[in-house]
Amino acid sequence: MTSAGTPAGAVRTATVRAWRNLRWYLREFTGEARWDDYLAHCAEHGHTPMSRYEFERRRADAAERNPTSRCC
Amino acid sequence: MTGTMTTTDDAGGSPAPGRRRPSLQSTLTWSAVAVVGAICWGVLAIARGETISALWLLFAALCSYAIAYRFYSRFITYRVLAADDRRATPAERLENGVDFDVTDRRVLFGHHFAAIAGAGPLVGPVLAAQMGYLPGTIWIVVGVIFAGAVQDLTVLFFSMRRNGKSLGQMIREEIGLVGGIAALIAVFAIMIIILAVLALIVVNALAESPWGVFSIGLTIPIALFMGVYLRRLRPGRVLEATGIGVALLLLAIVSGGWIEDTGLGDALTLSKEWLVVALVVYGFVASVLPVWLLLTPRDYLSTFMKVGVIALLAVSLLIARPVLQADAVTDFAREGTGPVFAGSLFPFVFITIACGALSGFHALISSGTTPKMVAKESQVRLIGYGGMLMESFVAISALIAAVVIDQGLYFAMNSPAGATGGTAESAATFVQGLGFDTTAQSIAAASAAVQEDSLVSRTGGAPALAVGLAQVFSQAFGGGGQAFWYHFAIMFEALFILTAVDAGTRVGRFMLQDTLGNVWKKFGDLSWRPGNIIASAVVVGLWGSVLYIGVTDPLGGVNQLFPLFGIANQLLAAIALTLCTVLLIKHGKLRYAWVTGVPLVWDLVVTMTASWQKVFSADPRVGYFQQAQVYSDAQEAGEVLAPATDQGQMDQVIFNSTLNGILQAVFALLTLVVVVNAAVVIVKAIRANGLPTTEEPAVPSKIVEPSGLFPTAEEKRAMAEHGRLVGAGSGRSEAEEK
Repeated sequence: MTSAGTPAGAVRTATVRAWRNLRWYLREFTGEARWDDYLAHCAEHGHTPMSRYEFERRRADAAERNPTSRCC
Repeated sequence: MTGTMTTTDDAGGSPAPGRRRPSLQSTLTWSAVAVVGAICWGVLAIARGETISALWLLFAALCSYAIAYRFYSRFITYRVLAADDRRATPAERLENGVDFDVTDRRVLFGHHFAAIAGAGPLVGPVLAAQMGYLPGTIWIVVGVIFAGAVQDLTVLFFSMRRNGKSLGQMIREEIGLVGGIAALIAVFAIMIIILAVLALIVVNALAESPWGVFSIGLTIPIALFMGVYLRRLRPGRVLEATGIGVALLLLAIVSGGWIEDTGLGDALTLSKEWLVVALVVYGFVASVLPVWLLLTPRDYLSTFMKVGVIALLAVSLLIARPVLQADAVTDFAREGTGPVFAGSLFPFVFITIACGALSGFHALISSGTTPKMVAKESQVRLIGYGGMLMESFVAISALIAAVVIDQGLYFAMNSPAGATGGTAESAATFVQGLGFDTTAQSIAAASAAVQEDSLVSRTGGAPALAVGLAQVFSQAFGGGGQAFWYHFAIMFEALFILTAVDAGTRVGRFMLQDTLGNVWKKFGDLSWRPGNIIASAVVVGLWGSVLYIGVTDPLGGVNQLFPLFGIANQLLAAIALTLCTVLLIKHGKLRYAWVTGVPLVWDLVVTMTASWQKVFSADPRVGYFQQAQVYSDAQEAGEVLAPATDQGQMDQVIFNSTLNGILQAVFALLTLVVVVNAAVVIVKAIRANGLPTTEEPAVPSKIVEPSGLFPTAEEKRAMAEHGRLVGAGSGRSEAEEK
């Protein structure tokens, strides 16, 4: 509601926001955003982050040990 | 009435709602929802013989869900369970970034829904449609509100208060060793049956359908490609990989139509027996392969397809506004002589529609990964209760798809080959005998429209649902395309059935390794290769043999096994509801024990009646042992009873029916063991006015998060306040920064 004066501008802002929210949701849902969390965490504590390959590998190993059920 | 929240002082800033006078706006809104819902139900109840739009069904359900969520789930969450946002959840206390992980409520809702929703709520309602649309609708809506969603919510809550312990563990610790062992065996056995029946549905949908086999077959290389992409090419870029995967998947569906009449198509026209072999091999390989290669990418595909199709269906129903073709209540409901499954309305509607109304399998998920990820206690309402309402909505949509197609075609598709004779002509004669005016030409035309050789006796519910979906989609979007939509629907059902089958095989394998690990230590080591292979082979072998029995059963596998599947699932629900009732009483909340106690009693009455009939009924169409008896008497007299065609098939019927009867009796007895063990604990707990439980002690929470889907003004203020105190740091709730 507090976007650019014109209706077109308002639509654009709403679309951008919707797109951003959707992307946020999908990245969180699929776990893709975990890498960002990890980088932020490393930056905060001054650690050198491992490579993305290594990070995803560890996540896959964890998934190996924690099977999730899928219902009928 | 915050009197039950005695665990911590009242100083916390949690939005635990007390009793407040509702605003005028809220009163008006909810009155309007109630009136609309009442009108929809009224129309469904009164209308007889005229044409009714399916939207009445849809809105009757939606209004009922809204009211149940707003009032009943709130009552359960705050008054009965006394969820307390001042207590830290296990995700907060034990956060390790692996299984214990504070997760945004909306994201967790998605995860939980993806885990509970599968083919069950799609298939059960389709089969139950033989009794008309009304019994199914009423059970789906009433069942979810008072039983299914209540079970999911309370199990989730109790498991969360116990650091995410599993159902079996909680039963062992809170009820007793005997009950715990019985529950463990029951869970394992029920899982095997569920996997077998799910696989049976896939086999029935893919048999003699080169298009379907081709498209489904391609999902394996697509998933492998995604796996390698995520591992090697672009690690962790899940959205990219899934985008590519979904595009390839759609291409796979379209291209199925191109190969159909080629040599490859002939090669892929597989019999049911060969499909069993393929599935068993697939299940075994999927269980021993590393998850990143096949399971994880497949799961992304199936989840996105699932959510996409459900959303598409909801929109299409609104656009197409199809008209109900089935009667409200058919004669089969009264007489119990339906060809799709035998037995009368009570108890068989209530076990045919398991998922979507009440599904015991959900208790395994509500006590599995989900409770370890909840950020705030009050969010169990959204995730547990809300997630199950959503699944129920899926079930209603599936029911609608089944009752808007020509009902003669419905019975021609869903009756076993022994009844329909297998050809369009004989099937037309059969359904005309049932009182429909469907002709052989129209059955053949329906098959041609979806480019299948024949739709006759394509049992299992999936093909009938696909025909319904194809009709709704092509009606909504125009331009025909029935064949594409049909195979799209088949693909989507098969995809997540297969995901459930390989995930289930893996879970079964872990259970087996874990249990046998108590006796033989080495076997319990999950990284020990021979152990993995043996356990996988045992699990696959078990469901594979039940599947084979079902596929070759002369009486029709779905007809014979689906009741076993439904009863098994509802028995598991009885076990879960028993645990919840015991826990409420142990926590000193006897006056609220009816919340889970009433659905428990109902479920026990239904499942025990059904089990009794399946074991002892003198009607050979219902009772397994009677069936075996009739066939063995005939065999002794040297006769061959239809639909068996020779003595070999007679032997098969006798063997299968006896086996089904034994399984049925064992499931019921295991459940009764748990219930009796629980009754002893309940009596003790009532005498002592409550008993100590294994609930973890309260630790104050430092997280501030909204309870519901949308934050209230009050919650936004609390979060802003908290953000100032802690300092901005987490980017987790980006979507909330408005």
